[in-house]
Amino acid sequence: MEEVKLFGYWVSPFCRSVEIALNIKGIQYEYIEEDLTNKSPQLLQYNPVYKKIPVLLHNGKPIVESMVILEYIDETWKNNPILPEDPFEKARARFWANFVDQKCFPALWKTIWSTSEQYEQNKAEALERLKVLENELGGKRFFGGDSIGMVDIVANFIGFSFRTIQEALKLDVFTEDNFPKLWEWAENFANCSPVKKCLPPQDKLIANFPPAYMGKTLVSSFQSRLQLQFHPPAAAK
Amino acid sequence: MATKPVKLLGFWDSPYVNRVQFALNLKSIDHEFIEENILSKSELLLRSNPVQKKIPVLIHGDEPICESLNIVQYIDEVWTDGPSILPSHPRDRAMSRFWAAYIDEKWLPLLWEVYEAKEEDSRTTLLEKVREGLVLLEAAFVKCSKGKAFFGGDSIGYLDIALGGCLGWLKGIEKLASVKLLDETKTPALLGWAETFCSNEAAKNVVPEPEKLNKCLKEFQAQAAAATK
Repeated sequence: MEEVKLFGYWVSPFCRSVEIALNIKGIQYEYIEEDLTNKSPQLLQYNPVYKKIPVLLHNGKPIVESMVILEYIDETWKNNPILPEDPFEKARARFWANFVDQKCFPALWKTIWSTSEQYEQNKAEALERLKVLENELGGKRFFGGDSIGMVDIVANFIGFSFRTIQEALKLDVFTEDNFPKLWEWAENFANCSPVKKCLPPQDKLIANFPPAYMGKTLVSSFQSRLQLQFHPPAAAK
Repeated sequence: MATKPVKLLGFWDSPYVNRVQFALNLKSIDHEFIEENILSKSELLLRSNPVQKKIPVLIHGDEPICESLNIVQYIDEVWTDGPSILPSHPRDRAMSRFWAAYIDEKWLPLLWEVYEAKEEDSRTTLLEKVREGLVLLEAAFVKCSKGKAFFGGDSIGYLDIALGGCLGWLKGIEKLASVKLLDETKTPALLGWAETFCSNEAAKNVVPEPEKLNKCLKEFQAQAAAATK
């Protein structure tokens, strides 16, 4: 009997990646919401190096870091693979998943935290990254082809939460006019059943990113938890 | 598939390139090494890695594969005759990937920062962080190796390659700053591992010599500074 638990935080796109992968594979799991201002002893025990979510617990053994967890899930449960079988295509998928994780997400995240002085510069960087991604998507329905794969999963933040947050904050980074292919991808992505099952409620997301907070000093407990988790970039000198 | 020609774009003093060289040597893969000039990137490099414009790039046939750890996994998956680089159990693979990612995201960048540090104080702080990371990696080594010579057990594995690539810069810094980073008290197992690794066939003509490395990096820094004026 497989026992699978996931320690997570509802807003985290890293946690969402893992949930989507588990849903694709049809794996039953117990979800445990962490309070990031008061991390549980289990979280600290299972991830002593980073002390972060997500942590996947499989038969009592922890796996940490979302990209590592995704590969683990794909190698342990062989149905509905999220990586291609061909080594070259697999290498390409890993490359693009890394690009989204290391280059796209931070750039988009910076736009959310921008002061009005920083916004245009941060937006320019984000647009550049999204353009590269749009070119890579090309005419494909998903980055994974006909069905979602690792790159789509890792890009879940672009696929759903970012559009919701940018609307709440009245940002204009990811628009249908500028990125028509990526926009269509996002619509299709958010409608896939393994993704729909674990999306955060839109109104809850909007409620936690009110326009008033853009660029302001973090004061609310939610904002502090976000800071603890995602270490937003230092303000420009 | 494994018979198509193999080219590696890189330069000899890069930890990322060294990793790929270890993997190619481990699997006895014939390849052409094309030395790049980092300040004047070749057409081939820019064409093969248009997104990051960085080395290493492995070109297999006419297909480019980028990013060192990606390339190492690719080599392991295509050339299945030679010794396996990644462990076979998913949990052990996850452990290897976790520590390789730790090295790349948290630890290896510190080494370059040491080379770039202008003031003694910042260098001292950085060296302390490097040492702290090595203590974590020592514990990881003890756990992964289970008493054997390598992270991968009896033979060189993924994590050996990931950390082994860093040995050139690590030894270079020890020489440059006249410090010991791997030492008998705090990291005895890693100290032994480093020696064993560097004398292995797959690594011995790859890991740069500290003096040669430091001279080259100093020249590079001077050229890079001149280029930005």
